[in-house]
This record gives sequence, C-alpha cells and structure tokens, in this order.
Amino acid sequence: MTGANNFSVSGYGPARPGWTRVFARDGLARRLDWPILLSAVALSLIGTALVYSATRNRTEINQGDPYYFLIRHLMNTGIGIALMIGTIWLGHRTLRTAVPILYGLSVFLILMVLTPLGATINGNRNWIVFGGGFSLQPSEFVKVTITLGMAMLLSARVDAGDKQYPDHRTVAQSLGLAAVPMMIILLMPDLGSTMVMVIIVLGVLLASGASNRWIFGLLGAGALGAVAVWQLHILDQYQINRFAAFANPDLDPAGVGYNTSQARIAIGSGGLTGAGLFHGSQTTGQFVPEQQTDFVFSVAGEELGFVGGGLIIVLIGVVLWRACRIARETTELYGTIVAAGIIAWFAFQSFENIGMNLGIMPVAGIPLPFVSYGGSSMFAVWIAVGLLQSIRVQRPLSA
Amino acid sequence: MTNIPETGRTPRVQIRLVVIQILVLSLLGTLGGRLWYLQIRSGAEYAKEASGNHVQQVVQPAVRGEILDARGVPIADNETRLVVSASRTDLMKMKDRGKAVLTKLAGVLGMKPQDVMDKVRLCDAKTAQPCWNGSPYQPIPITDDANPRQALQIRERSEDFPGITAEPEALRRYPSPGEANTAQVLGYLSPVTDEEIQQAKNTSSPYLRSDQVGRSGLERQYDQVLRGKAGVTRYEVDNLGRVIGKAKSDSAQPGSNLVTSIDARVQRVAEYELNEAMKAARAQFDKNTGENYKADSGAVVVMEAKTGRVVAMASNPTYDPNVWVGGISAKDYKQLTGKESDYPLLNRAIQGQSAPGSTFKVVSTAAAIQAGYAFDGNYPCTSSYSVGGQVFKNFEGENFGPISLGRALEVSCDTVFYGLADNEWKKDGGIHPKKGQPKDWFFRTAHQFGLGRPTGVDLPNEVSGRVPDRQWKLKYWEANKDAWCKTGKKDGSYVEKIAYENCLEGNRMREGDEINYSIGQGDTLLTPIQEADIYSAISNGGTLWNPTIGKAIISPDGKKITEIKPQSHGRLPIDQKTRDVMDEALAGVVTRGTAAWKFGGWPQDKIPLHAKTGTAEVYGKQTTSWLATYSKDYAVVMTIAQAGTGSGASGEAVHKIYNALYGVQDDGSIDNKKALLPTPQKDLPKIRTDGSIVSPKIEKFDPNADKATGQDQQGTPTDNPSATTPSPTASNRTTRRRTDRPKKRRRILT
Repeated sequence: MTGANNFSVSGYGPARPGWTRVFARDGLARRLDWPILLSAVALSLIGTALVYSATRNRTEINQGDPYYFLIRHLMNTGIGIALMIGTIWLGHRTLRTAVPILYGLSVFLILMVLTPLGATINGNRNWIVFGGGFSLQPSEFVKVTITLGMAMLLSARVDAGDKQYPDHRTVAQSLGLAAVPMMIILLMPDLGSTMVMVIIVLGVLLASGASNRWIFGLLGAGALGAVAVWQLHILDQYQINRFAAFANPDLDPAGVGYNTSQARIAIGSGGLTGAGLFHGSQTTGQFVPEQQTDFVFSVAGEELGFVGGGLIIVLIGVVLWRACRIARETTELYGTIVAAGIIAWFAFQSFENIGMNLGIMPVAGIPLPFVSYGGSSMFAVWIAVGLLQSIRVQRPLSA
Repeated sequence: MTNIPETGRTPRVQIRLVVIQILVLSLLGTLGGRLWYLQIRSGAEYAKEASGNHVQQVVQPAVRGEILDARGVPIADNETRLVVSASRTDLMKMKDRGKAVLTKLAGVLGMKPQDVMDKVRLCDAKTAQPCWNGSPYQPIPITDDANPRQALQIRERSEDFPGITAEPEALRRYPSPGEANTAQVLGYLSPVTDEEIQQAKNTSSPYLRSDQVGRSGLERQYDQVLRGKAGVTRYEVDNLGRVIGKAKSDSAQPGSNLVTSIDARVQRVAEYELNEAMKAARAQFDKNTGENYKADSGAVVVMEAKTGRVVAMASNPTYDPNVWVGGISAKDYKQLTGKESDYPLLNRAIQGQSAPGSTFKVVSTAAAIQAGYAFDGNYPCTSSYSVGGQVFKNFEGENFGPISLGRALEVSCDTVFYGLADNEWKKDGGIHPKKGQPKDWFFRTAHQFGLGRPTGVDLPNEVSGRVPDRQWKLKYWEANKDAWCKTGKKDGSYVEKIAYENCLEGNRMREGDEINYSIGQGDTLLTPIQEADIYSAISNGGTLWNPTIGKAIISPDGKKITEIKPQSHGRLPIDQKTRDVMDEALAGVVTRGTAAWKFGGWPQDKIPLHAKTGTAEVYGKQTTSWLATYSKDYAVVMTIAQAGTGSGASGEAVHKIYNALYGVQDDGSIDNKKALLPTPQKDLPKIRTDGSIVSPKIEKFDPNADKATGQDQQGTPTDNPSATTPSPTASNRTTRRRTDRPKKRRRILT
C-alpha cells in the first residue's frame, strides 16, 4: 500500500455528503490530530493575552489603541487557522506537486525584499511593506517551502521504491535547493532565520535517511562556518554584543545586556504563580523592549509565573510530541521528512526564543511560535500545522 | 498504535526519528529546569531587583530650624528665595526633549539657552560641570535667584512652561541682628558627603545630595534637632521615568527652633569692644619687644554667673558666616582655613588656650587655704624670691611687705604665692617626693576647680586646657625626652639649656615648676570659657556649671518646648567664708587693685564688681592679657594674645560691656532704660499660636550713642587693618552678594 498517487481526502471513506462526512466515525474531523490543534489554539490565545498585556500601555507603537495588538494577534490567528484548513484541504501531496511554484514564489518574494520594496526593521532588511500597514516577512514562508522542496527531492526515489535511502546526488540537489534562499536571507542579513533554516535542513536530512557522512559533514561545515564568520568579522557589532552579553550576563546591564537582564528580572520576579495578568511591574513599566515579539515569554514569566511559563513549554511539548508521532507513523518518507523539518523548526525556534528569555541562549530575533506577535510567523506556523494534520489525515487508517 | 504500517521505512530513519524526539524533549526539559531555577529557586532575588526597578524617591528637603537669641531674635534663619526648577522627566517626554521650553525659559531668566540646558543634563564621567548630580526624578534647580517678575511670568503662563516650576525655597541665612556676628558660635553648614549619604540611606531621614550638614558650632551641636525630617515620596515609574503611580508619601517635617541664651545686643557689644580693645592694644608700644603690640587674637565670654548660660561669646579674628551659604568658593575657603589666614573659624573662647597668668591666683589662694594657710596671715611680698640660684621676680618688682592673701590677690603679688608653693613643694618631699602620695594641694585644687578638662559647653571641639601636674609631666617627658636629650646642651642657648634640663629631670616636679605654676605661668593652660566658669562659680557661691548656649528646643508648631537645663560638674573646694573673703579681695582689685585704673567711676556701691587681672608670659611672644571679672549676675572674661597687661588691654572694654549690661553711664549713674540686660533673661521668648516666635525689634548698635566725644569710628581706616579681620560692619570683603539684595521681593510671593 503506497497511496502515493491518491490525492483525494474523500478517497478514504464511503461517499457521504458535506459536514456529516467530515464528522463521521472515520471522517476528517475524527482523523485530525486534536492535541496539536488544541495546543496550537491555546498557545495562540495565551499569546493574545500576553501581547495585549505587553502593548496596552505602549502608546508609541499601539497608535493610541490599547487593543491594537490584541485584535491583530487574533486576526493573525484566524487567518492562520484558515491557512491551516486550506492546507489540509489541499493536502500535502497536492502541495508536493506545487512545490516548484511555491518555491519559485518564495524565492521571488525574498528577492523582492532586496529591492526598494523591502524595508529594514530592527537592523534586518527582511520585510516587504505593502500599503495599509500590512507587511510581510517572506523568510517565514521560505521555512515552509524549503521543507517541502527538500522533502520532495529526497523522498522521490525512496517513495517510488527505487532506493532505500536518498543518494548523494539527490542530497546535494536538495541542499542546493535550500542554499539559494538561505544565502539571500543571510544577505539581508537575517542571521536568526538562517539559523532556523540550517536546523530545518539538518532535521530534514536526518529524517530522510541520508548518509551519516552528510549529517556530520553538514555539522562540521556549520562549525567551520561559525568560526569563519567570527574570524572574518562578518557579524555586525550588535550581533557581537549579543554574544558578549550572553557570555557575561552582568555585562553592561544598561547597554547591550539590558534586554536580557530586564527580561530575566521580569521572569525571575514572577515566582510560582506570577504577578497576575496585567499586574507585572516590569511589563507595565515597559522595562523589557520588544516584549510583544521576541520577549513575549517574559510577560508570561512575570505575570503568570512558573505555572504559566511551564504551561507554554508543555503545550509546545505536546505539539512536538504529537508531531514526532506523526513523523514516525506516516507511511511515506515524504510525510516523515516534512514532519521532521517542522519539528526541527518549531523545536529550535521555541528553544532559542525561550532560552534567550531565560538567559541560556544568546539573543536572536526569532519569534516564539503561535505566541509572539507577528503575522508572517503566525501564518507560516499555522500552515505547518496544516501540513502535519494533512500528513496524519492522509496516512491510512490503522486497522 | 502498535501496528506500524509496512513502509519502505528503514530502521535507520526510525532510529533517527527517535533521536530527534529525545533531543526535542530534552531541550524542552532544559527550558523547564531553567524556568524553575529562575522563578522558584532565585525568584526572591529577582523580585527585589524588579521592585527597585520601578520605584523612585523624590525627597522634599525639610526647612532647617532657626537659631534664636534669648529674646527670640533670629541669629540664624532661613531666607526665602525664588527657585526656578525644571522637571527632567517632563522635559524628556517632549518631542525636542524640552529644548524649546528651556530656550524660552532662558529668555525669561536672562540667561544663555546653552547654560540652562547644561544645568539640566545629567552628570556622568564625560560631562563636566555644570550638570545635575542628583536624582533625575528630582526637580533640577535652574536658578535660586529669580525675581518675582520672572517667577510670575513662569507661573502665569504655565502652559508655555510645562515642567518648569518657580517656587519659594528656604535657604540658610545668618542675619547678624544688630550687627551681632556670632560666627564661631553659630558654626556653619556644608554639603553632605558621599559617606554620609550612604550612612543615612536607609534611615528615617535620608540625605539629599544637595543637603547641608552642620559642621561646627551650634549648627553642628544641634544638627539633629535643627535639621528636621526630609519628606519622601515614592513614585512608581516606567522605563522612561514616566510616573505610573504614587507609592508612599511622607511629608517633610521642618526642624525645631533653638532658643539660645545669647543676647544679640550684648553679643554685639562684646564683639565690638573686643575688636576696639585689640585695635587700641595695637596702638600701644611694648617696651619688652620694642614694637607695638600685635594683639592678633582675642576672645570674650559673658556668662550668667548663677546658671553658666552664655550671654555672649566672641572670638576675634572673625568672618561672615554667610560665606558658607549656597556653597563656599575655593577662594573664600582658602581665606578662612589656609596657612596665610588668621584662622577665623577657630572659636578662641573654647578652642584657644594659654597660660592664665595671675588670674590663676584664685586657684592658688584656694589651694593655700586648703593646705592650711590662713587667709589673713602675713605673707612676705618681697620684690623677688630666690631658689637655688634662680631668682623669681615680682611682676614689676614691687615690694609690699608682709600682706594677707586677700591683699596679695588685690595687688597681684607673685612672691607671696611663690613662697607658699615652694613651701608645699618642700612639704611634699621636693624633687624626690616622700613615699606615699604627695599632697599636691596646688594641683589637686586646680582639678577641683574643673581645670584640665573641658567644661562641657554645648559646642563641639572644646579643648581641655592643662594642669601641669606630676602625671602630665611624666607623660609629656616620655613623649619628648628623645628630642630634648638630642638637642639639649648644658651651656647652649636658652632653648638648648631648657631642653637639657628637661631631658635630665623633666619627668619630675621641680621646685621652679611649682613656683611658676602657682601664678599661672609655665605649662599651665586655660581657655576663656574655663576662666568664665570658675569666676562664675566664685560669684555664685561655688557651683561649677557646664556652660550652655542652647536654652530650649521649640518644635516647629510651637507646642513642644524642651528646655535645656544647665548641669553642674562640681563645686569649688572652698567654704562660704573663704569665698566671701576672696570675693571681697577681688572687689578690691576693682576699687584699689590692679584693675582700679580702668574702672574709675564705676558705681561699686550699687553694682559690686570683682576682677582679677593677668599677664602671662609666652616664650618668644608678647604677653597675653587676661581680665576675669564678675558681678553677682555675670562673669565677663576677656583675653587678648600679645596685647600687654590684663587691665591695660581689656580693662576699658570689659568696663564698657558692664556699662551696656547695667546701663551705667559715663558719670557713674545708672539708666535702667539703657541697660541691655540688668538681670539675666529668665523667660523664653513668646510663641504665637502658629508656632512662630515673637522677636523684638533690634536696634542698630551705636557704640557712641550717648557719648559726647566719640573716638575712632568704625569704618574709618584703622592703624593696622591687616592684622585682624575687621568687625562685621567693616568686613564686606567676605560678605556675599546676597546682603545687598532688596528685601522687598520676599513679601510678594511667600
């Protein structure tokens, strides 16, 4: 049973009309991975409250409307859920055929960023600003398209039954596919997104069954690259400062270490149950910059305490745990690779983001999936959830 | 799900997926552990840091209490000045960071915009003065010198001047009522030091960086009382310093007022007469040194004899205490304390000590009586007294024949006391005293008079004087013998000979030591306040008081009055009869003794005066003059260094002080209306219901108001103006710009 060419959801059950069919015993709704879905929704809603708490007093960015970010975060979540539904409806297999188009589109978009259409925010030129206050961060979508693209290339011959593992040529091709947008994003320069993509590539290669030589080769290349970047002074001063502040948390708490030390104070002061939502003095006093995006976890730490912060980690854990099961249980390598790429992506972003809030990782501009404010990131992670659901839905029912 | 579907899945992929899963979970576990560490294990520390983050203190300084004279006349008060301040937090909220407002403000104040902006910037390592050194949440003073028109402009157009305030504020002022300077008694304030700020940080009354602390005199002695309690308002602020809530507020409590026993009018007379006496002494020729007397410093104390309260205390040279207000300039400070200065900050009444000369004979008389000599006995007053080849002369070589102790006091016969002291020295065993304690009547009596230790006056840094008894000699010898033995020569110069002798037997009480000591010479040292204290005790029947200047502390609302009761530190070792005969003898000094020539025309029958003159020799300098006097109400002691004899230098001045106290006219009649203080001030000044203290108007002192022929007026150049600081009237040199400011504006905005 390969099912490789069966693109239709309805192909799995008796033909029944409309919603009845969806909620039938073996219907779509029953086959969805509800823990992932509910966790993602819960994270998005917690994120809404945290973003609101962090921004309601920041008159300089919320245009005088305390609900500005709350509404937008909810809207982003809604659009994200719609994108997920669309993704499930299309199915990851349909998307497999559309990979060349999606990949081409995403590369085109990140090239657009380098044109005058692009905008620089927080030192990174990775935005496309449209009219009406709407802007897009194409690098978020590249995370999806390189996952799909690499999965397509790597799984093609294995899923066809020709080979047990992807051969060297295929691996090289898939790396080339990933490298093109990554180089462009590195030029922006968006070091954080590039790092996430490196991890995604690593996860994808691991799951594809590619030779260990590739895995260790890539790791070695990464290490060499890091040394080279450091030695050749390619990093901007602000990036060096972030590392310095990370290496020495007491360094210049009013300057380069300000963000991290204030975030750590906010989280540390939360204690077991926190100061209560909207009652954190660090948050109300706006001591932590970028608190609605990269440092949103510090709001949870201060206002919801260990209980709230722990809940976020547990919810992310649920998503990742279920995603791992999906990766293991799907029948085709394509689905496994896509799921593994998403796991690597979510896991790294979550660890890096929460880790920098807690002072165990250096600061990088990486959002916390579902929780941080930001449209593109939100859309991309919900599309990823859609892919996970699609992989689960489309695998054959057990028994 | 146990039945993993059959796929082309290889074990390699399956194993790797498990590895990914474990890796992911361990990463999340790491996050959870770190979260636990931060929030649960070290949560308390961070909570503390967070609370410090968002609370800022604004300290409202307390108005310092006033220092008043005995009748309620302020001798240290506060001047209301219009202070224009800028709130930095308000300015920083503006788009241009307050530039426009400050420029406009500079226009109103007539300052340069850049100067104003420099004043509100915060000091850091790279920013030089002017800059603001205090808390950025504190209003930053732009000027303390605004006029009412400027203040009104700022207040009426407050919408044009957001964040700018113009408020009257209290600054210390020493008003010198009736030209009474009182500088050294009042002391001064100077800015708080970093250590003091640190020390007071967590106390109930923290210091502001701009705070002033009493450094000497009454300002220091009563600093705690006068300072009051600063008000503290704690604001919750956000990261930009915007106030988001008021946490706690304690309003400022002004300091208490201090009523002193000083009478500003008597103080002025004492200061003036001391200065006049010194000027007069400088016009006198000293035949011993062949030049005019230097009269380079002096002090006078007027004390209530029955209580030890100080009515006046003056030290010369003096200075204007207002130089300290608002921070002293380096130049002024050097003038007051530098090597070239005449040390006007010293209060010579309590910090100046010198040999008392013949004024010490009251102690020796008491000692002789304690040792068993009869007061009315016959003691030879020869022109000189010889001991082992050494000749001790009577002061001017007079020979009065055998006389009583009383007469010896009157005429200040040295040889009588030489004989008595020598006798006692021999009785005690001479240079090698008998086994067992030598009686040492002369030294024991001095200690019983309270000498050799501070009187306990309520002023800081009083010195103790010195009774050169056996213990002191031993200690002094041990400290100095090495130097003496090195430089001493048997046949060298005078100094070398002395050193040689000291090296040999400086640790012993020599015959000459005790003889010299008996007339207040040699190593004996007394302060003017000690003299005033012992002569007061003779006047009041024997009680030695701790002199006091503070009389009562009155709370700012006037409701709580804490009187400062004089304490006694002992009684004179003389019985009533001895006191009476000494009293009579000292009265004789005024009528027919050494001071008589300066007290001609004094109504002795109505107001009996008693006195003892002293002229102490100081090696290498001109003689120190002492005049210790008392009536039944007051003791007046004046001393002038390098000024000749006690009566010659100070007689006239002390006479005039008594004239002023009792209203005695030149012809000896008594005009009670002109008497400044015929009896000591008993009552405290009246306090109004609002807590303010009624202060009588004080007239400008005119020393020549009732004199037909005025002598050298103040203000005219004197013969030797450089030697001392002139009296305050003539000393605009150190008076700051403030004195000439019109007083009018105070009424407008306060």
